[in-house]
Amino acid sequence: MKSDNFPSSLDLWVNKGEVLAVVGQSGAGKSLLAHALLGVLPKNAHVSGQLIFKGRNLTLTDMNRLRGREIALIPQSMTYLNPLLKVGVQIARAAELSGVSPKASRRATMEALRRYRLAEETASWFPFQLSGGMARRILTATATIGGADLILADEPTNGLDKDTAGETLMHLRGLADTGKAVLLITHDIEAALSIADRVTVFCGGVTVEEALAGDFNGSGRLRHPYSRALWDALPGRGFVGSLPARAPISANGGCPFITLCQQFTSPCESLLPDLKSLNKGRVRCHHA
Amino acid sequence: MLEAHGIAFRYEKNRPLLFQGIDLTLKPGEIIGLPGPSGRGKSTLAKILAGYLTPLQGDVQVEGNPLKKNTFNPVQILFQHPELAVNPRWKIKNVLAEAGPASPGLLNDLSIDETWMERYPHELSGGELQRICLARALNPGTRYLLCDEMTSMLDALTQAVIWKAVLGIAEKRNLGLLVISHDAALISIICHRTLDYFIQPG
Repeated sequence: MKSDNFPSSLDLWVNKGEVLAVVGQSGAGKSLLAHALLGVLPKNAHVSGQLIFKGRNLTLTDMNRLRGREIALIPQSMTYLNPLLKVGVQIARAAELSGVSPKASRRATMEALRRYRLAEETASWFPFQLSGGMARRILTATATIGGADLILADEPTNGLDKDTAGETLMHLRGLADTGKAVLLITHDIEAALSIADRVTVFCGGVTVEEALAGDFNGSGRLRHPYSRALWDALPGRGFVGSLPARAPISANGGCPFITLCQQFTSPCESLLPDLKSLNKGRVRCHHA
Repeated sequence: MLEAHGIAFRYEKNRPLLFQGIDLTLKPGEIIGLPGPSGRGKSTLAKILAGYLTPLQGDVQVEGNPLKKNTFNPVQILFQHPELAVNPRWKIKNVLAEAGPASPGLLNDLSIDETWMERYPHELSGGELQRICLARALNPGTRYLLCDEMTSMLDALTQAVIWKAVLGIAEKRNLGLLVISHDAALISIICHRTLDYFIQPG
């Protein structure tokens, strides 16, 4: 990457029993956030700020220990499965790595398959024999078998048709309802709103708004112009009608949204606003 | 007019047909939606219409003639993953030059920044790269544009920005558009009519 300070300021929190959706542009730094939480960023990455998990500041050593045990990732696609290994073996391996004894891991695998309505013989299948929806259930089973308390789901509905996507989202909601904290990273705001309690909006590498899912209802409760534009651009709503005549070229420094913002004034160009509390949420805008 | 008659296709012998008996007519200036779940053959049909695949039965005609090889193809496809549709080792200016010199007016319509030209594909975001692919596909010789999940990996705002540009250009040049998507709301808002070959249970 040429820009050396990107993303620059991401801020969020998630409670147990809650689904927090992280939405925003492609390239806003959503997946980098998941990688930072797992401690798997490359060595030359510069990370500043704090990661607090269960009230404790996380160090890189902590992250290596917690990864897969207490913090687990549901990855984007089935390419994360080993194509040459039967899926039952892969789930059992995940169980063993998270501390289940090798003897108990087979039973845990069967339970995990049952939990996601997969037949027992699925365990002896190879990844290429799975449909997209089944692969997603296997990935979810693999991520959750160790009893992790924080689940990171990175674009879980990408490339899935409506029925399969809905099923995947209901599984995530189910995990939150059993007391896990779920971080749902997605560009699909409608999918996110169907299960999320709260929504954090990223734009150009910074958190611009933190809202309740219910704020996305068209009644003008959204705090940041980017969130409003994102919501109004849905095909079921304003779509192209609400856009300015031509999208200006992106600029550097200051607020990341000035390129499309209708309210843009001179401080926006050079000064990144602070994240301030507003109506039970938070917003980063000079005009809020 | 882009016409397909009685198209049938399968990828391997001894396998059942993926689809058969598909007829389709796309007139200049018309926008047709093609919805349906994954795995039914929507993208395969697009590749047949653009001449990338040869159908088992049936034929495809553009303005009454079969598609010609070794000349600019008036039927262009845009794919879901722009990063897979460009050479990762070429600078953006070379990617664009592949389809002949791009007109400054077109780059302006698509909000393509002059500074991107010296970058490599991985230095642009998905939405920016998709606009580069659009500029490449919108040669003056293009008559029909097949948009295969063109914006499904993009956020709602980027999606709207790209469609606004494409719909404007299509109207100005009287292009025919085939919109493949599983987003029913998107199809209903931009398409004049939809084809439902792929939405019946099958």
